[in-house]
Amino acid sequence: MNEPHDHHHAHAAGHRHPPQADHDDTLTYYRRLEIAVRELLIEKGIITAGEVSKVIEDIESRSPEGGARVVARAWSDPKFRELLLRDATSALTSMGFELALFLDTQLVIVENTPDVHNVVVCTLCSCYPRMLLGLPPAWYKSRAYRARVVSEPRAVLREFGLELWDRVAVRVHDSTADLRYLVLPMRPPRTEHMSEAELTALVTRDSMIGTAVCRAPS
Amino acid sequence: MNVALTAPANATPGFRAGDGVRVLDVHPPGHIRTPHYIRGKTGVIERFVGYFRNPEERAYGRSGEPLRALYRVRFAQSEVWARYDGGLRDTIDIDIYEHWLEHLKTP
Repeated sequence: MNEPHDHHHAHAAGHRHPPQADHDDTLTYYRRLEIAVRELLIEKGIITAGEVSKVIEDIESRSPEGGARVVARAWSDPKFRELLLRDATSALTSMGFELALFLDTQLVIVENTPDVHNVVVCTLCSCYPRMLLGLPPAWYKSRAYRARVVSEPRAVLREFGLELWDRVAVRVHDSTADLRYLVLPMRPPRTEHMSEAELTALVTRDSMIGTAVCRAPS
Repeated sequence: MNVALTAPANATPGFRAGDGVRVLDVHPPGHIRTPHYIRGKTGVIERFVGYFRNPEERAYGRSGEPLRALYRVRFAQSEVWARYDGGLRDTIDIDIYEHWLEHLKTP
């Protein structure tokens, strides 16, 4: 699959990107099963190939930018923040997000404070607040992250470059059922002058999973 | 799709925020949402979330009824992992359905 370069960096001579992994060279049992079921559903007229493509396009069109806008709004507007923590669905639909995004599961926003740091995992599979962050990164689905972040979260966060004070309680959220968690990171110091749009640019995907914190531009 | 539904007639959640609970230490086969590492552990109800169709039934194409009450349960990490070396205030929150929980007997 050829994807346009969306990043800019100098390529050293001879430096090559690793190729995008091919997925068509391992026709596993489950991949074969998925193809068979999909083709049968299309053949029987239950769904169309166009509908499948549309859903894939919808899923892939979402990105952490949605979540970043929500966080920046919460930092800028205390009333919105209060509603977001109490009733995330109402807060997000008031911001213009489609209600349909929040019907499959219930979204819970967990707030970082000077005393509490939240981090999200799904030990069973890969439950993730896709409505606001898009598809999860590969590491989020890895066995290593899923197994270790519940039992030694501080060590895992350290590997992400995040060292927390002992006095900060680490609160892990294992999304095992019908709730999805988004971390509301703390607003960085010295950002009082920044507009909501400028703040949005500071909010990273990992800060909303809880494996990073937001920092002001240096 | 699994949304919180209207409470079944006459239903009241069996647990309230602050109640001490133990997760059943049972190991039935099937599509189970309660992770193994938390079975048999004791925690505190953080909140009652709502009534949902039972995913353990829906996984097999059944309706998931009767609806089940879902809770967020908070566990002290030091209770979950014998050798946990983070702070005593560190916790893990897990979403657990009511049929997996029992009241802690009051001493």
